[in-house]
Amino acid sequence: MNANLVIVLFDGFAFGMLLFVLSVGLSVTLGLMNFINLAHGAFGMLGGYVAVTAMRQLGFPFLLALPTAFLAAALVSVVFERTLFRRLYRAGELNQVLFTIGLVFVSAAAATYVFGTGQQPIVLPDWLRGSVVVGELRFGVYRIFLIAMALAITALLVFGLERTRLGARIRAAVDNQRVAQGLGINVDRIFAVTFALGSGLAGLGGALAVEIVGLDPSFGFHYLVYVLIVVAVGGLGSVTGSFVGAALLGIGDVAGKYFVPEIGSFLIYLMLVAILLVRPLGLFGKR
Amino acid sequence: MTKTVFGAIALAVGLGWTMAATAQETVKVGVILPYSGPFADAANQLDAGIKLYMAQNGDEVAGKTIEIIRKDTGGPSPDVARRLAQELVVRDGVDILAGFALTPEALGAAEISKEAQKLMVVMNAATSIVTEQSPYAVRTSVTIPQLNYTFGKWAFEEGGVTQAYTLVADYGPGHDAESSFSKGFTEAGGKILGSDRTPVANPDFSAFVQRVKDSNPEAVYIFVPGGGQPAAIGKALVDRGLAPPDTKIFAQGELTHPEALESMGDTAKGIITTYHYTLERDDPLNAEFVAAYREANGDRAPDLFSIGGYDGMHLIYEALKKTGGDTSGDALVEAAKGMAWQSPRGPISIDPETRDIVQTVYIRQVEEVDGSLQNVILQEIPEVKDPLHGAN
Repeated sequence: MNANLVIVLFDGFAFGMLLFVLSVGLSVTLGLMNFINLAHGAFGMLGGYVAVTAMRQLGFPFLLALPTAFLAAALVSVVFERTLFRRLYRAGELNQVLFTIGLVFVSAAAATYVFGTGQQPIVLPDWLRGSVVVGELRFGVYRIFLIAMALAITALLVFGLERTRLGARIRAAVDNQRVAQGLGINVDRIFAVTFALGSGLAGLGGALAVEIVGLDPSFGFHYLVYVLIVVAVGGLGSVTGSFVGAALLGIGDVAGKYFVPEIGSFLIYLMLVAILLVRPLGLFGKR
Repeated sequence: MTKTVFGAIALAVGLGWTMAATAQETVKVGVILPYSGPFADAANQLDAGIKLYMAQNGDEVAGKTIEIIRKDTGGPSPDVARRLAQELVVRDGVDILAGFALTPEALGAAEISKEAQKLMVVMNAATSIVTEQSPYAVRTSVTIPQLNYTFGKWAFEEGGVTQAYTLVADYGPGHDAESSFSKGFTEAGGKILGSDRTPVANPDFSAFVQRVKDSNPEAVYIFVPGGGQPAAIGKALVDRGLAPPDTKIFAQGELTHPEALESMGDTAKGIITTYHYTLERDDPLNAEFVAAYREANGDRAPDLFSIGGYDGMHLIYEALKKTGGDTSGDALVEAAKGMAWQSPRGPISIDPETRDIVQTVYIRQVEEVDGSLQNVILQEIPEVKDPLHGAN
């Protein structure tokens, strides 16, 4: 029984880390820029398609396909940010929600047009397949890889936002745009960079997710709910919050399905309600 | 202005009459499918089957031109399908209703087919009850019990398995699959150790697979909808060491469709599935069908939806030939009853009593053939009927 508990915890944590990579970018843009970008999943989908195409058509190895997905999603998002999103920074929340959800529909149609409606399989290198046996426990190699990636991203983000000059500028621009501008910070550019970072992370998450959850034109919708739950539970703008929230939800989801499969799929929503009742701003929310 | 008014009056008063007049030259077929939304791929493949049949056989039958009118349900919504069917019959004046990738769509449209007395060709929806809802409904796809009851019996009698665990998606077809596999298996003498149901849009299967592993079965029976889940569950099973030959994996054919096989790689070897259509089946008719389909669809392989659409069109064409172009529901459904033909999937026929399909059920195993993974046929069980019709 103990052995099973370890496996369930491990699987849940790995699933949580996948949710984390998919959602942390949204936490960054939503929390730091106060922009409700429901099209976040669409950038994740873009990353997934870029990774699959790069590997299939261009013969990229998997580890090179991941940064390619990050860059592609980041670049495309900058174009969108410069031409479309920035017009909505000062608009009401409803406008932002309507606009970005519309964008998800457009992206689904575009993906259908370009790639067709079918599933896009990804073929992992051999070293990421199979499982490692420790004692009587089997740990999936790809899940270990996912956890390592998520930990690395967390470390980089926390360090980047709290210890670097760019991080200080981002926080300054968010806290008070006018003062930041007065100090000579180019707020416009900072926002573009932040947006690109958030979307790039979504792209990376999308590329990592293909192996576990598959990829088709409805990806942008499918994971929107999970991503929003993670952000809400974790608290806006908090990288640590997203991490803890995602881990909790992942473990709760897997453990719930394992121990009480009859209600397992609802557990994630019950947790959401319970956590938000106690802490309406999320676990690490400040505003 | 006068013209507009006149047109409006004509439209309002003489709608049915004008439609009847034009119908003398054309036969209108209203195709209802989920062209958009999460099941768009199913609709896409089914539609490609329809198009291929028409490209190969022309659009003229019994002196009339076949005209297809497509309607999008956007997903499994019976009320939308019902409304679309009504619009097709009343406004567009269609003679035949067809399509129906999903059971809820077929159930929604069946009432209209019954009321308007129009032939309804079910090209996919695989729940038994569908054809019982309208006396004009004919099915050219498959039923889940047809495959899985047969498979359950086979698993005990030929598959050498005495106990098994079932893991199915928690929705209508999944429940049908679970009950019919279990019924076949236990009637033959097997024992079901446990059964779990996974949410339909389940992103991660690790918890369920671990539960299966805990009870240490000889075999696990899986049913998940096509799309991304087959590869995900296949990998989750193998990651936990639930793989042939130690643990047999049984499933309906969705689990090993070509994209899933590509994604699972060598871990898919040895998975045994049941299906009514096998892409690689060695047969000249099938080879020709697959080649033509691939050419028309950018090298995409046909699947169960494609063959359902293709054979559905065959049924419509042949029924029209028999009636000499008479498009009344009664004439067409009489013509369809007992019809038998060679399909790319093998010999099939329409049961004259239930209007449901009778066909060969294939038991296949994933093996490597010439460097790529394929579903190799282990056994053919001919002329299988749906076991549930008339059972209650």
